[in-house]
Amino acid sequence: MSWVDIGALEDIPLRGARKVKTRVGCLAVFRTDEDTVFATSNVCPHKQGPLNEGIVHGTRVTCPLHNWVFDLETGEALGADEGRIATYAVRVRDGRILIEDAVLNRAAA
Amino acid sequence: MKNLVVIGAGMAAGRLIEHVSDAGGWDITLFNAEPRGTYNRIMLSPVLSGDKTYAEIVTHDDAFYEQHGVTCRFGERVAGIDRAAKTVTGTDGVPLPYDKLVIATGSDPFMIPLPGHDLEGVIAYRDLEDTQRMMSLGAGHKAVVIGGGLLGLEAAAGMHARGVDVTVVHLMGHLMERQLDEAAGYLLRKELVGRGIKVLCSSNSSEILGADGKVRALLLENGTELPCDLLVMAVGIRPATSLAKNAGLACGRGIHVDDQMITSDEDVLAIGECIEHDGQIFGLVAPLYDQAKVAAATLTGAEAVFVNRETATKLKVTGCDLFSAGDFAEGEDREDIVFRDPARGVYKRLVLQNNRVIGAVMYGDTADGSWFHGLIKDATDISDMRETLIFGPAFQGGSALDPMAAVAALPADAEICGCNGICKGQIVTSIEGGAHDLDAVRAETKASGSCGTCTGLVEQLLAVTLGDDFQMPTAKPVCGCTELTHEDVRRLIKSQELKSQAAVWQELGWSTPNGCHTCRPAVNFYLLADWPVEYQDDPQSRFVNERKHANIQKDGTFSVVPRMWGGITNASELRAIADAADKYNVPTVKVTGGQRIDLLGVRGEDLPAMWADLGRAGLVSGHAYAKGLRTVKTCVGTDHCRFGTQDSTGMGIRLEKALWGSWTPHKVKLGVSGCPRNCAEATCKDVGVVCVDSGYEVGVGGAAGMDLKQIEPLIKVATEAEAMDYIIAFVQLYRENAKYLDRAYKWIAKVGLDWVRETLANEVERTRLLDAFALSQSIYQIDPWAELAGEEEAAKFAPLADLTLEAAE
Ligand code: SRM
Ligand SMILES: Cc1cc2nc3c(=O)[nH]c(=O)nc-3n(C[C@H](O)[C@H](O)[C@H](O)COP(=O)(O)OP(=O)(O)OC[C@H]3O[C@@H](n4cnc5c(N)ncnc54)[C@H](O)[C@@H]3O)c2cc1C
Ligand code: SF4
Ligand code: FES
Repeated sequence: MSWVDIGALEDIPLRGARKVKTRVGCLAVFRTDEDTVFATSNVCPHKQGPLNEGIVHGTRVTCPLHNWVFDLETGEALGADEGRIATYAVRVRDGRILIEDAVLNRAAA
Repeated sequence: MKNLVVIGAGMAAGRLIEHVSDAGGWDITLFNAEPRGTYNRIMLSPVLSGDKTYAEIVTHDDAFYEQHGVTCRFGERVAGIDRAAKTVTGTDGVPLPYDKLVIATGSDPFMIPLPGHDLEGVIAYRDLEDTQRMMSLGAGHKAVVIGGGLLGLEAAAGMHARGVDVTVVHLMGHLMERQLDEAAGYLLRKELVGRGIKVLCSSNSSEILGADGKVRALLLENGTELPCDLLVMAVGIRPATSLAKNAGLACGRGIHVDDQMITSDEDVLAIGECIEHDGQIFGLVAPLYDQAKVAAATLTGAEAVFVNRETATKLKVTGCDLFSAGDFAEGEDREDIVFRDPARGVYKRLVLQNNRVIGAVMYGDTADGSWFHGLIKDATDISDMRETLIFGPAFQGGSALDPMAAVAALPADAEICGCNGICKGQIVTSIEGGAHDLDAVRAETKASGSCGTCTGLVEQLLAVTLGDDFQMPTAKPVCGCTELTHEDVRRLIKSQELKSQAAVWQELGWSTPNGCHTCRPAVNFYLLADWPVEYQDDPQSRFVNERKHANIQKDGTFSVVPRMWGGITNASELRAIADAADKYNVPTVKVTGGQRIDLLGVRGEDLPAMWADLGRAGLVSGHAYAKGLRTVKTCVGTDHCRFGTQDSTGMGIRLEKALWGSWTPHKVKLGVSGCPRNCAEATCKDVGVVCVDSGYEVGVGGAAGMDLKQIEPLIKVATEAEAMDYIIAFVQLYRENAKYLDRAYKWIAKVGLDWVRETLANEVERTRLLDAFALSQSIYQIDPWAELAGEEEAAKFAPLADLTLEAAE
């Protein structure tokens, strides 16, 4: 797998998220309280709420529109709600955030 | 059937009749000088203050007497007892025979024989008539209360709650000297004075002055004249023994009785405050209930012995939390453990002798009262827990903080309900026997049925005993991350001085590392409201609208609502809004219900630039997205309207300028109308002002959303400045106390409008609130749009990266 640099870790607030535009649609890149980074689809399966605007707690995010909660590791909706968001591989190297280049390749395909 | 005659239908007699009629076999006749049956005399104070109605404190109604076959002769004072003939005579002069007689005539209030004590308008505080007399006084009148004991202070606080100007004159150096030591007396006095009740200690009265046969003033020995329309003497009580004395029964201070409640005549019993037992006389209900039980047993031929027991005292004045039990005089072989928290007004003192607690006085925080009371009664050796003793049962054994631990730690014989002498064990047995809510426990054990101060403890026992099966009525945890309620969290943040989220999670034992979307916004608000200087607001703990300072729409775009102070705008503001609408392709421009303009459908990326443009025209964020000040709606008032009485527009603008930018538990909306036609719809706002010729009527607690609520009157003042002060102090009180996401009306329903009024009427407290608000505004009254429109912040509104143009490798 090769990686694409999308920005500095510092560009995402602690317990926050930023949006990344790709050809597969918008992604949300999260930074948890413990500096772990996750990337998922930015689109809530319920009514397309923008997940990058949600509250990040532990390794979860709550959608800002109707409070569905997703596990960032698996992408699964938690609790009574059923649904899943796509997850993508990310890693942090020397303070830079790298995302799997599948987001580009798939777009090219 | 044998004849039982009971003289006096007070609290002791009421209880006696319940027990006797349960056993059966008696034809009961009940005389009462008051024209009514038994009511809960100790609850006259809540009736006086308006917290309860008389109907709510009646314990034995007509139906009760009828059902139990009691012949009632109410409004009839027994004139004499003929013991040889075994008859009593009422007002009709016809002797009524008895087989057994019970005297339960209670006490007579003591009236100091000062010159003028028989003037009209000089009363005692004993029965419903006295209470009604005080209630009818009317706001703005003056009253003097002689006596700073339990009764005098309840009378004073009750009248004060009704707007009466009250002065308490007390002979001793500190209030309630029989129950409190000097330090606690001081705190109590400070609290009452802070509310606006005048308190004169070490003051001797010399004469009651009158005019036309009516009281006019009290003259003190030092020459001070205290004008008054009513003078209440609450200086003590004397057992009502004259009837017994005239009948030749043995009396000392009270009617002599033995352990079976029998007087010197074996067919005559006596109970209640009129008796003397073993040299003791009585003034609180708990022992009287025991006497009633013993007397009933004696009458039915069962064996029972009256034993006097230690009773504890509480004052029934809302907001004055005090407790005292045992002996707390100083002495050579006695030691003290004292705990003080001046900021919270908390004082606790334990008096020890030979490693046993013999006395306890507490002010401000009395939660552990019954535990200490138990230690006193049981003479428990406290050597092992001496170091942590003062912190109460929750701290014994190391584990702290669980609000239930204290009550769980109580032994079975710890007294919970002082009035009825009900122990923890009895309550637990009744709960285990099927009494699964407060009403059921009350019905079965009577616990919490009298003065009600132990209601919280009984609820905690329900919770401890039933575990998950019991839903604490008020105690819902904030969310799944904690067991604590919003109120607990607020209290702990203040008392433990928790000033960061980390401190809250750690010290309060959160079960998640950093909360969730429910608790984090609440905790963020509590921290910034309580510690505006020390705490740093955390945008990541805010709902998107407050983080983005715009309302998110269903398609992920945002709406932008600039402030229009008091609904007033001008051509250049409108031009700037129109230009922004053009430049950023705003699909919808709407006039809102809050007298301003909403630009809907703005792309998140465009927000900072649009704000910068609007800012150049002087427009700032309208906080249409905030749990904070929203709009202040106004009408045209005296500026243009032919009916306007005051400058409602100007006042609305000034209010909005004072309050904008402040964060509140839920949104806050105001309205100012220039006359009662109320074109600004002020009466359905969180705070509404209706201007009238003579000034400003300020109301609070209105809403017109999911619930429709009309405001309730807070105060009427003559000047705009006073009205503004009250409103700002009100908003600050709401900020400091309400649960997150409780609109003002919901919060008021919980704490009571009377409490809000009382607190705000206290000038010291009002000033403190105004200062606290000003401090917070010095930090938070900033235009967030201007802050976020700067280049560095603006960059964060754009995507982190745009990979749509990047080529794959
Ligand atoms: C824009 C506006 C409707 C309009 O076009 O007129 C509006 C729009 C919304 N209102 Fe409102 N309310 C607006 C005036 C009102 C009024 C009328 C008033 O203020 O005089 C009320 C009833 C009065 C009251 O609050 O008591 C009102 C009662 C509510 C409620 C119910 C509140 C309640 O306690 O029951 C909500 C829901 C909430 O806040 O939880 C709500 C929530 C909302 C939200 C924020 C819903 C949301 O969370 O997205 C809407 C945002 C739309 C947007 O994106 O701008 N809106 N809303 C009005 C903005 C006024 C302003 O200038 O700031
Ligand atoms: C305002 C107030 C607040 C109080 N607060 C508390 C408190 O918080 N806690 C507490 O423990 N105690 C409190 N007390 C004290 C408590 O009310 C008394 O201890 C209790 O009521 C005494 O009961 P009793 O039956 O002996 O007398 P009472 O309740 O006074 O009843 C005696 C009755 O006998 C009637 N009577 C007298 N003589 C005759 C006669 N010759 N013929 C016919 N009827 C007659 C009287 O009219 C009266 O109704 C308070 C008292 C007052 C007034
Ligand atoms: S009433 Fe208010 S909350 Fe409901 S749809 Fe209209 S603007 Fe939205
Ligand atoms: S769109 Fe995410 S919860 Fe409804």
